[in-house]
Amino acid sequence: MGQFGIGQPVRRKEDVRLLTGKGLYTDDVNFDGQVWAAFVRSPQAHAKILSIETSAAKSAPGVVAVFTGSDLKADGVGTLITDVEFKDLAGKDMFRPKRDFMTIDRVRFVGEMVAVVLAETQAQAKSAAELVMVDYDALPPVGSTAFAASPDSPVIWEEHGSNVGVHWENRPEAEIEVQMAKAKTRVIIDIVNNRVVPNPMEPRCAVAKWEDGELTIYAPTQGGRRIQQGLAKTVMNLPADKVRVISADVGGGFGIRGKLYPELGVVSWATRKIGRPVKWRGDRSETFVSDYHGRDQINHAELGLDANGRVVALKVWTIVNCGAYFAENGPRLPINGGGRIIPGVYDIENFYFSVKPVLSNTVPTDTYRGAGRPEANFLMERLMDAAADATGLARDEIRRRNVIKQDQMPYRTQMGMLIDSGDFIGNMDMAMKAADWTGFEARRAESAKRGKLRGIGLSNFVEPSGGRPTEEMRIAISPDGKATVYAGTHSHGQGHETVWAQLLNSFLGIPFENVTLVQGDTKIMPKESAGTFGSRSSWMGGVGLQRSAKRIVEKGTKIAANLMQAEPEKVSFDAGVFRAGTSSVTLAEVAKASYEPKNLPDGVEPGLDESYFLKRDPEEFNYPNGTHVIEVEVDPDLGKIEMLNYIAVDDCGKVLNPFIVHGQVYGGVAQGIGQAMTEMTVYDDEGQLVTGSFMDYGMPRAHHLSMIDALFNEVPCKTNDLGVKGAGEAGACGAPGAFVSAVCDALKDFGIRHIDMPMTPDRVWNTIQKAKAAKKA
Amino acid sequence: MLINVNMTINGKAVSGQVEARTLLVEFIRDHQRLTGTHVGCDTTQCGCCTVHVDGKAVKSCTMLAVQASGKSVLTIEGLAAADGTLHPVQEAFREHHGLQCGFCTPGMVMVGVDICRRHPNADEHTVRLELEGNICRCTGYQGIVEAIMDASAKMAGGKA
Repeated sequence: MGQFGIGQPVRRKEDVRLLTGKGLYTDDVNFDGQVWAAFVRSPQAHAKILSIETSAAKSAPGVVAVFTGSDLKADGVGTLITDVEFKDLAGKDMFRPKRDFMTIDRVRFVGEMVAVVLAETQAQAKSAAELVMVDYDALPPVGSTAFAASPDSPVIWEEHGSNVGVHWENRPEAEIEVQMAKAKTRVIIDIVNNRVVPNPMEPRCAVAKWEDGELTIYAPTQGGRRIQQGLAKTVMNLPADKVRVISADVGGGFGIRGKLYPELGVVSWATRKIGRPVKWRGDRSETFVSDYHGRDQINHAELGLDANGRVVALKVWTIVNCGAYFAENGPRLPINGGGRIIPGVYDIENFYFSVKPVLSNTVPTDTYRGAGRPEANFLMERLMDAAADATGLARDEIRRRNVIKQDQMPYRTQMGMLIDSGDFIGNMDMAMKAADWTGFEARRAESAKRGKLRGIGLSNFVEPSGGRPTEEMRIAISPDGKATVYAGTHSHGQGHETVWAQLLNSFLGIPFENVTLVQGDTKIMPKESAGTFGSRSSWMGGVGLQRSAKRIVEKGTKIAANLMQAEPEKVSFDAGVFRAGTSSVTLAEVAKASYEPKNLPDGVEPGLDESYFLKRDPEEFNYPNGTHVIEVEVDPDLGKIEMLNYIAVDDCGKVLNPFIVHGQVYGGVAQGIGQAMTEMTVYDDEGQLVTGSFMDYGMPRAHHLSMIDALFNEVPCKTNDLGVKGAGEAGACGAPGAFVSAVCDALKDFGIRHIDMPMTPDRVWNTIQKAKAAKKA
Repeated sequence: MLINVNMTINGKAVSGQVEARTLLVEFIRDHQRLTGTHVGCDTTQCGCCTVHVDGKAVKSCTMLAVQASGKSVLTIEGLAAADGTLHPVQEAFREHHGLQCGFCTPGMVMVGVDICRRHPNADEHTVRLELEGNICRCTGYQGIVEAIMDASAKMAGGKA
């Protein structure tokens, strides 16, 4: 297909709009007569609320109303509850605490909302919010993950009697210990997967109005359908079609923006309550304590190997800090999200894993780029490095001996997942060659001459992708032959305006510039839409479009046959033209004819407008995979790490637009490097978020990163017609393991074999000093 | 008490009444309804709000509207030519995939123009250090750095 078809590095349609300031983000939207909302948020991590005094705020200049959680409850507003349910091996259910949209008698994390002030201006609302007096009776806080799981910890949900929501295990440990006992070498590691704050660049905000019995709310989401349903049912007590959620341009999603947040509920309820539009513009500080956080695991793991360096058994114990409430997907991430893929690209038959999701006085955690898979891959890669040390095998050799080989595909994992395809040895070969792995020692020596310690590291990964199992896509062709895609998917940086137009160009021969994307408006997008997350859109959206296009051709064929006076069976379609013998009509001509009843054969409805509701087996995923290699230099006097070179080999299946997929890889890698190098989320013993702004929280900057060389080892997926695999989360899966491996390689002469992320200069320097002191002693 | 401010924004004389505490970015976004300039933080770290004041890149969240009175302000809306031809930095961002979600983009472009003016043929190291004050969460900065280097070379070559 030509220069705008599948596989071409087409430049993005959306860019001119966004480069000239013509984007439409939520905060760009204002309604006439709107009032401004400011939330009163708890400064306490854990406390009983004795009273909330709002009279001073109510009489402050410009204030229209002040509401608390009791007002919402009195109006019948429901609660948020996690989507997930797990049982322990004895069949006991997970504890599922309910979350009020604004808490009523108890606060469980700093930043939790206790009241909302509505005023004529934002400044008035914020000033008045400071006049709301909340009398707190402080309770002992639980800030750290390890403490939350310990029996000495205060319990934050008394009705459950423990901070551990469930002790989930895939099977009795003893069954795997039988196998583990046969190992010649046993490797044990204890690692922390640090909490990160996702921080899309657009702070969270919302603007809502109630008009003619219908709610309209603009908010940055990843596809508003589920949020619409949640608001309708839980907050507004309305049929879903009376709630309209619009997300036009959205400044980053990364998984956490797909959720029904309590602020959305409060703003929606308030606009109906007061009969005026309500706008809330969160600032970055609020975003830090109100957007869900990511990761936050402690892992203890044991790997058993035979005399040949082959894994005989793997056991993993994970504690995941889910924060004050179990968010929509919180406890799912270490279990179904990522945990069950911990063995990763390796052929491991005997696998035990145990997960304890714990509740603490911190912001809830939920899906963040990779959503459990980066944690799983990181853990496995740290084990492989430790196994290399223990067996004396090189880091690549221990991996080569254990990876699933191509002739084992499709490979059924011990947890029952079916990996359809992948060339894991090929990924390693390609990455190591591109990184000149064999020439590394010369470069290390050169760095040493300058007083720098050079290291190289690699990481393999595989990450089941696909997210929720349904999506609907629609193609409507107007009488002038132009097409509109109505997408259930939602692009907030992924370039769907471009890629969906490429697909239509390939499938239907419609000129690239004649395709328009409609998304992010629940009123006009397909009914069964789910949205964009979990690296699912190329598959669920792309295949949905492919099948919609097929329906367009099927119907078009009937109309074309009628126009050409030919038998439908004799009509062929290629590159936008229907042909029968020597006759031909273009798709545009057929589209025009389709709106004129006289041209339609019997039984054919007018118009050329088809959709497809794609359903897949919920347990069927695709398996993006790859090998990333990174080279770093450590300054031992400063503890500072410089990233020198990064090779990313990714198998994203069939690549629809390499230009855009490269961008996904770079962005994912940067978030992975951020987690590994700079991003430290600190709660102190009082449960205060110490790193609550960009001044304290280490967002990766341009100078932290080097250029990334992104290569594809393209193995088409066998379980979908397009051959695509996900791409959005791969970088975040590959980067942390490679980075830590490289730094530990640089520091190997000190005997340093692991440093927990983030590897800040302070941590690295102190670890070096300790190692030096230990050597002397 | 409200204070009168007068300034030129994108070549057009504008005036308004603001509170003393009104930030330049609030004047631009809320009073003038020029929403291309974004606000991504509250601590002057992210650079999403970068505009030019009298030809220099400034974070408009860290300047009061009254401080900009009498000055000439250029925002992202005024950067392309009147006929819609993109500025070389805008064009380079498009060519090098320097944006994904687009939220940090106006600030990145405005600071990019400033970098290109001060550093003809800017090298990678220079560009990365110069971007210290601008945060992007989507792109890993790769396309941004490439775009600014490319535009810097083109602008130095007299093509702009």
